[in-house]
Amino acid sequence: METTKKSEKELLLEFEEKINGEQKIEPLDWMPEEYRQHLIRQISQHAHSEVIGMQPEGNWITRAPSLKSKKVLLAKIQDEGGHGLYLYSAAETLGVTRDQFIQWLHEGKSKYASVFNYAALTWADMGAIGWLVDGAAITNQVSLQRTSYGPYSRAMVRICKEESFHQRQGYKIMQNMMEGTKDQQEMAQDALNRWWWPALMMFGPHDGDSPRTNLAMKWKIKRETNDQLREKFINKTIPQAELIGLKVPDSNLELLTDGTYKHSDINWDEFWQVVNGNGPCNQQRLAHHIKVHNDGAWVRESAMLTSLIEE
Amino acid sequence: METKIKYYLQIADNALILSHRLSEYCSRAPFLEEDLANTNVALDLIGLAEAVYEEVARMEGKGRIGDNIAYLRKENEYVNSILVEQPNEDFAHIMARQFYTDAFHFYFFTELCNSKDEFLQAIAHKSLKEVTYHLRRSSEWIIRLGKGTEEAKQRTQTAIDKLWKYTPAFFIESKADVQMLKNEVGVDLHTVYNQWKQKVSEVLYLAHLKIPTSDFLIKGGKEGVHSEYLGYILAEMQFLPNKYPDAVW
Repeated sequence: METTKKSEKELLLEFEEKINGEQKIEPLDWMPEEYRQHLIRQISQHAHSEVIGMQPEGNWITRAPSLKSKKVLLAKIQDEGGHGLYLYSAAETLGVTRDQFIQWLHEGKSKYASVFNYAALTWADMGAIGWLVDGAAITNQVSLQRTSYGPYSRAMVRICKEESFHQRQGYKIMQNMMEGTKDQQEMAQDALNRWWWPALMMFGPHDGDSPRTNLAMKWKIKRETNDQLREKFINKTIPQAELIGLKVPDSNLELLTDGTYKHSDINWDEFWQVVNGNGPCNQQRLAHHIKVHNDGAWVRESAMLTSLIEE
Repeated sequence: METKIKYYLQIADNALILSHRLSEYCSRAPFLEEDLANTNVALDLIGLAEAVYEEVARMEGKGRIGDNIAYLRKENEYVNSILVEQPNEDFAHIMARQFYTDAFHFYFFTELCNSKDEFLQAIAHKSLKEVTYHLRRSSEWIIRLGKGTEEAKQRTQTAIDKLWKYTPAFFIESKADVQMLKNEVGVDLHTVYNQWKQKVSEVLYLAHLKIPTSDFLIKGGKEGVHSEYLGYILAEMQFLPNKYPDAVW
């Protein structure tokens, strides 16, 4: 049977038709190189974020104040590691290995969510991280369940189920503390003060300053823009804070007649400083990952050897 | 009642302190899958400890809750084996400590399934399911590392040798062990030791590792005498309840 080779233009047309028809792109389908590269960058960054995100919370497991809180925190961190696994697997379908992704992370060529470069200083930070950081993540991830790349979309469906539990457990910690002693209430407010702005930064630069947004929207990798998602998060989170007696650290907040909020802008200088490696914990987080990876090299080498012998 | 509580605490404290060490290891495993497996074991152990502490609080009848028992005792009131306090020096030490403990737990809970105490019988049945998996995992790792690269073999042999001297702490009978065995509530630790020794020998043989022969043995733990490590573990674990005694989290 004779087959005709399609031109790049025809392939692109078919690809975009699929996307416009809300069909998923699968690993063996033709895709433009730019689409592949965008996904490699975005999914691996997402996977690294889950894994690096284990550190600030891991910092408090051994100091969890009750056995129940210790179990919940440990299970939550375990979930984050599991999300890292789904996402590395999704990213590997694009032809890059997990080892390569980790190497890029260590070389500074691949980033992770800047929010994890802030320090987790008190137990209330476990509440603030779950409520705000996971809350911001889920706002983004709910939208990513409809992303055009099949493996990424399916990973997000699983991840979202767990993230909504994480957000609730974080909020519950804050709620318990606000119903507790004066010390606990102060600790909870302090955590909100420190995590509010970093959580808003998680959505990235304003749409106008986000050069890749247009193509990502056109190819439906992203389904909503940074600013749209950030506003959604702000509008749903402020009432949650007020409900338990917390004050959002923004002196310009104003509830508008349509139920949305007017608010101050992010300190973009701080945002770029942290993105560019100058946050409170950038070096610490990466150094931890590199050390652990190097310390474990002999185990991986040995396990590889025995699995080869057994084969 | 006091003796029975002590017997319960021996079980719970081993689980609590080992789970603390495993919790310290979160985000530090050689690869992600193993990080999750490590956390699973830690979670099982916290669950075991929590159930037993709650039962102790109920037996006491002083209006305390399980967390009060877990968190608010003095160092010499903890009666875990000295082995589970030993630090996470490297993956080989973590796995050797786990293997020795899992093998102990497996035969201990197998015997405890016949206890006349309803609670212990139930907790033994539940734990045995989890511990069977733990033992399979740690045995397989010991064999894999022992048969692996020269470095892995050497590190694992070192860990097996170094931790060996702490293992008798599981089997030396405390007063509570003797009394509870007499009441048919507790288990015969001689039987558990023989089974444990056989399992350890079998796995080390399969791993091409040597069974330690050192007879320098450290027996601490059950009578409240611990290593220096426990003080640091408790200082960290008890930090919030100590600093904010009125707080409910």
